[in-house]
Amino acid sequence: MTRPSVEEVWTWLSAVPDPEIPVISLVDLGIIRDVQWIDDTLEVTVTPTYSGCPATSIINMEIEQALWAKGIKNPSLKRQIAPPWTTDWMTDTGKAKLEQYGIAPPQPAGGPKRCPHCQSTRVEKISQFGSTPCKAQWRCIDCLEPFDYFKCI
Amino acid sequence: MSTLGLIRMGDNTLVLGQRVSEWCGHAPALEEDIALANTALDLIGQTQLWLGLAAEREGAARTADTLAYHRDAWDFRNLLLVEQPNRDFGVTMMRQFLFDAWHLEALTALSAHEDAEVAAIAQKSAKEVTYHRERSSDTVIALGDGTEESHARMQAALDRLWPYAGEMFSTDEDDLTDMSILRPAFDVYLETVLTEAKLTRPDSDFAHMGGKTGARHTEHLGHMLATMQVLPRSYPNATW
Repeated sequence: MTRPSVEEVWTWLSAVPDPEIPVISLVDLGIIRDVQWIDDTLEVTVTPTYSGCPATSIINMEIEQALWAKGIKNPSLKRQIAPPWTTDWMTDTGKAKLEQYGIAPPQPAGGPKRCPHCQSTRVEKISQFGSTPCKAQWRCIDCLEPFDYFKCI
Repeated sequence: MSTLGLIRMGDNTLVLGQRVSEWCGHAPALEEDIALANTALDLIGQTQLWLGLAAEREGAARTADTLAYHRDAWDFRNLLLVEQPNRDFGVTMMRQFLFDAWHLEALTALSAHEDAEVAAIAQKSAKEVTYHRERSSDTVIALGDGTEESHARMQAALDRLWPYAGEMFSTDEDDLTDMSILRPAFDVYLETVLTEAKLTRPDSDFAHMGGKTGARHTEHLGHMLATMQVLPRSYPNATW
């Protein structure tokens, strides 16, 4: 088989959904740090979002499965923790998809810009922690809907 | 570099992570339950990094799991503070606050460690612990400056736990960094939060020692480990 290019592999990976927030891909999330061929082995470098995130092992499994499905026999997954993952690595497409899904995307100011449901800017924090390590719980003061905010780290 | 310094960091996060996870399903409100479980999850994740590196460095075919599940109390090197029982929510949050305030200073110092792997773990952890400290500080302030009952409980929690705070700043050559120099920054932060929380720092800085050296743990650690280790010890080769 001809060896697929690194660009092609990136395209495949951008179709692999995040297991917890399936509207965004692993590439959108910014956790795929590198793809390279080392002789005949395809090495994919992945960084965890939070060190204890239980989705990490599922994510690795999904990357392997996606590559197997494309005929890559022995992909090698490398864990890299430095530099630590930051929400700055999330793509703009990813941020837009998050908001559409009802999760306020990360903001450098430390809180959501607006309610993802009614776009009101009058929002308040319920808790720094939410349903997954990467999210906090907020509430809209106008439409009263609670919503997840993707924490900026 | 001695692996003991790595084991100390990992044992702190492991023991506190286990303690905090005991709240899962029992916290006073759903948001608190979720926040505590997430904090525990971060701490266990950090444990995997610290103990994983310790196991790799010692080169004795042990893993993070072997270190966590197949050592007895006298081989643990965590601070006495983190093994103290949860008691009420006030004690739990005061313990968290005192630990977080030290932990963030320690991780910030370790982020510039000459060993790149130590620095990487510290940088990763510091991001998570920044959130932990923010939350535990807010809670200590809300409850300290809350009702008469919550204030009394938070002061009692501080009085009970204060004798375990000093050990965080005891230090020796096995530590990854000089822990004693972290004290001034800790004291300044503590003062700010306690003032806002209307709580009084106890007069005596007497400190119990013996956790990080392993010389003398409190009686609570063994009971906690019995619960934490029962499955892997009963079924040593069990896997998911």
